[in-house]
Amino acid sequence: MTAFYGVELPTAFMLGTAQYPSPAILGAAFRESAASVATVSVRREAAGAQAGEGFWRLIRDLGVHVLPNTAGCYSPGEAITTAKMARELFETDWIKLEVIGHSDSLQPDPFGLVEAAASLCRDGFKVFPYTTEDLVLADRLLDAGCEVLMPWGAPIGTGLGLVNPYGLRSLRAQYPDVPMVIDAGLGLPSQAAQAMEMGFDALLLNTAVAKAGDPVAMAVAFAKAIEAGKLARNADPMEPRDMAAPSTPLIGKAFLQ
Amino acid sequence: MTEPQITIVGGGVAGLCLAAELAERGVSLRIFDRYGRPAKHGCSWWAGGMLAPFCESEAAEEPVVRLGQEAAGWWQRHNVNVERNGSLVLALSRDGGELDRYARRTEQYEWVDADGVPVLEPDLAGRAQRGLFFPTEAHLSPRDALACLVGELESRNITIETADGLDFPDNDNEAALPTKVRKIDCRGLSASDAMQDLRGVKGEMLVIRSADITLSRPVRLLHPRIPIYLVPRGDGVFMLGATQIESGNRHAASVRSVLELLSAAYALHPAFGEAEILEIGVDARPAFPDNLPRIRCRGDWLYVNGLFRHGFLLAPAMARMTADYLLSGQIPEVMDENLN
Repeated sequence: MTAFYGVELPTAFMLGTAQYPSPAILGAAFRESAASVATVSVRREAAGAQAGEGFWRLIRDLGVHVLPNTAGCYSPGEAITTAKMARELFETDWIKLEVIGHSDSLQPDPFGLVEAAASLCRDGFKVFPYTTEDLVLADRLLDAGCEVLMPWGAPIGTGLGLVNPYGLRSLRAQYPDVPMVIDAGLGLPSQAAQAMEMGFDALLLNTAVAKAGDPVAMAVAFAKAIEAGKLARNADPMEPRDMAAPSTPLIGKAFLQ
Repeated sequence: MTEPQITIVGGGVAGLCLAAELAERGVSLRIFDRYGRPAKHGCSWWAGGMLAPFCESEAAEEPVVRLGQEAAGWWQRHNVNVERNGSLVLALSRDGGELDRYARRTEQYEWVDADGVPVLEPDLAGRAQRGLFFPTEAHLSPRDALACLVGELESRNITIETADGLDFPDNDNEAALPTKVRKIDCRGLSASDAMQDLRGVKGEMLVIRSADITLSRPVRLLHPRIPIYLVPRGDGVFMLGATQIESGNRHAASVRSVLELLSAAYALHPAFGEAEILEIGVDARPAFPDNLPRIRCRGDWLYVNGLFRHGFLLAPAMARMTADYLLSGQIPEVMDENLN
């Protein structure tokens, strides 16, 4: 199992905690799917006066690793402040770093992302940067001190799946030893299986589960697909070929009509 | 004054509905609230007042939908002005998928097309290609409804008395009611001192006035990140709501939330750009982990709480079940703790 900053996770499933019909359903989705990491977006307003205490307690009670994120931050400064708050709130130096560059597509701002990642890494954070499949950006993030990359499948919340499989394959091939999590854009378990078959180490999703008619069932479906994709990857899949190849040899068959 | 059979603490929608229901059924009672009559201190003041059980089923569980259907009739019986014009749910064209999803999750609606939208709401002509119309739903003005209940109680010589927290005269009236319950806690989020699993869910809203737009019913605008609703209050006044944030912060609406709510209203109709902002409201709704309401009995205390975003929708059913329990011992379906 791949280690993320030295932590080996029991499953390759990371699950967001926003937009569920209720915290009870959120809890059941985690229990039934055995997701091993919970991402939590930290709002500045919820920090100071322990105003979000009720919800934080529910997240801590899930008994999984907490990966706070800087969702909704549009500048490095904002992301850094949010990361520091998250470190105090959740007593973890893990941070999923989002620096959004475009309010409509929620596409990462590559320049702000590198700046914030460098600052946070220097400050001792273990940064999980939400990035694109761009190789140069990946290079800069690794230079900045990140030891994990989180390339998108598609823009956040779209459910489009892996829109640039070529780019993701290149990224995977370029950095075979860097733990990588496909983060965002997945809508269906089949897409999750595809990502794992491509050799990614884990998956992070939220909307596809939280906004499903039955979030608990959908979380289980994703967990199974992730496991299937991982098994398939480790089983060394056959190479596709253009010519048909009969699985039973014709020569030597006793009776032919 | 004769010793009351029941003391209610908390004068929000849950406490007032319960007081009205019990008084109507002949129970003598006193009702206390730390701040007296309903006003800005309680989250009922900031409610939307949509009596929309079928729309709510998009995210709420079955009991909300079923129990919520009692609401409109109950409020009307208590002389509250209930507008029974249904609800209209719209999405901007690029969010059409949200409308399909909403339709899959709800029932009791009719599809309306681009020509049908202005038949219901002439001022929204051309604003949406299609929508969902829930004809049986209703809405009311929460502040008027609370005032109406206060008036009804006063006509029975029951006034909301002030008492700090639980510091009110104890009630040891042994007058015959079948259960031991003598005191009922309807304090909403303030009761989290007694119930660890109660949490606050922050909501922000605005009251705006537009001379250019008239609506006859609540209109919901779906959006993957910022769904909003507008509830007409008459005279060009609208309640625009509401955020739903996992935070017990009751005191500060954020710039971002207000910006997003107003932007969505502006997207629904640019004329809202000219509207006046009359109020910006914020409070936290009391909720249990499954966002469903609870009745809990602990000795002579009963706790009625967790109405979440469904105060005016569920308070009538909660009052009815609580009264049934007090008067006949019938266990309410939402009772999850009974230490009687």
